[in-house]
Amino acid sequence: MLIIDCPWCGKRPEIEFRYGGEAHIARPADPSALSDEEWADFLYNRTNPKGLHAERWRHIHGCGRYFNALRDTVSDFFVTTYKAGEARPEHPRPDVEGSGT
Amino acid sequence: MPELASANPLSALATRSRDVAAARLVALGPAARFVFRGREAAIGAAGGAFGVPLPREACRRAEANGRFALWLGPDEWLLIAPGADPAPIFVAIEAATAGLPHSLVDVSARSVGIELAGAQAAFVLNQGNALDLSPEAFPVGACTRTLFHKAEIVLVRHAPDVFHIDVWRSFAPYVWELLEEGRRELA
Repeated sequence: MLIIDCPWCGKRPEIEFRYGGEAHIARPADPSALSDEEWADFLYNRTNPKGLHAERWRHIHGCGRYFNALRDTVSDFFVTTYKAGEARPEHPRPDVEGSGT
Repeated sequence: MPELASANPLSALATRSRDVAAARLVALGPAARFVFRGREAAIGAAGGAFGVPLPREACRRAEANGRFALWLGPDEWLLIAPGADPAPIFVAIEAATAGLPHSLVDVSARSVGIELAGAQAAFVLNQGNALDLSPEAFPVGACTRTLFHKAEIVLVRHAPDVFHIDVWRSFAPYVWELLEEGRRELA
């Protein structure tokens, strides 16, 4: 079983969580000033990296809170998790003790 | 609301439950339940009016005078007063938090309580729940929302061998019968 480290509740089984898409996507302050292409880019285009990916997760069957996680999309390894609103951690290392297996 | 809460969906199941000393199963009676959500200013006032200071540590419950305040999230608590009439408690908390941004919902009839007690209680729970229920990881006083098989429950450890399960009433027979299945090998 995959163990995810909720920033509030600690290590919990994956089944308590829901995926919430890519993290750190800010809604444009003035959408009407955007071109259709820029708006479509905000709505639909995601980075979809092979490797480390910053993404949102929700501990829906726990504290109910959204938080962010750095996950390796190749190995499904959770490098770290951090609360919503915090900056993406610098220089993450997969060999650092993380919350996944 | 006592007339609603007294229609316990587990009453028929409980009458034909076998007594297994290692994991006793009890359908608890009606209780007043509230979900309180609020920010800093309202938290102290709500705890004062309810009679139990709301715990600020994650996944911990506070207890006073037989009432419980369960931490469910950083701004969310479940307040349980077994056997109490919800109306006066609701009025008292609303009066204490008047003018402060918050939300208080009477959910007394939403869920039912189950007590699972005995030396093998954690073993039975772990058949449908992946949490580490060892005393180090889930000590007395710990509480959390989690899953039992496919049903969402609120789990509280009141004593080393006593667990309280709060489950939505329509899921209660499902949880009860799966707990029964887990107890079957014990006696």
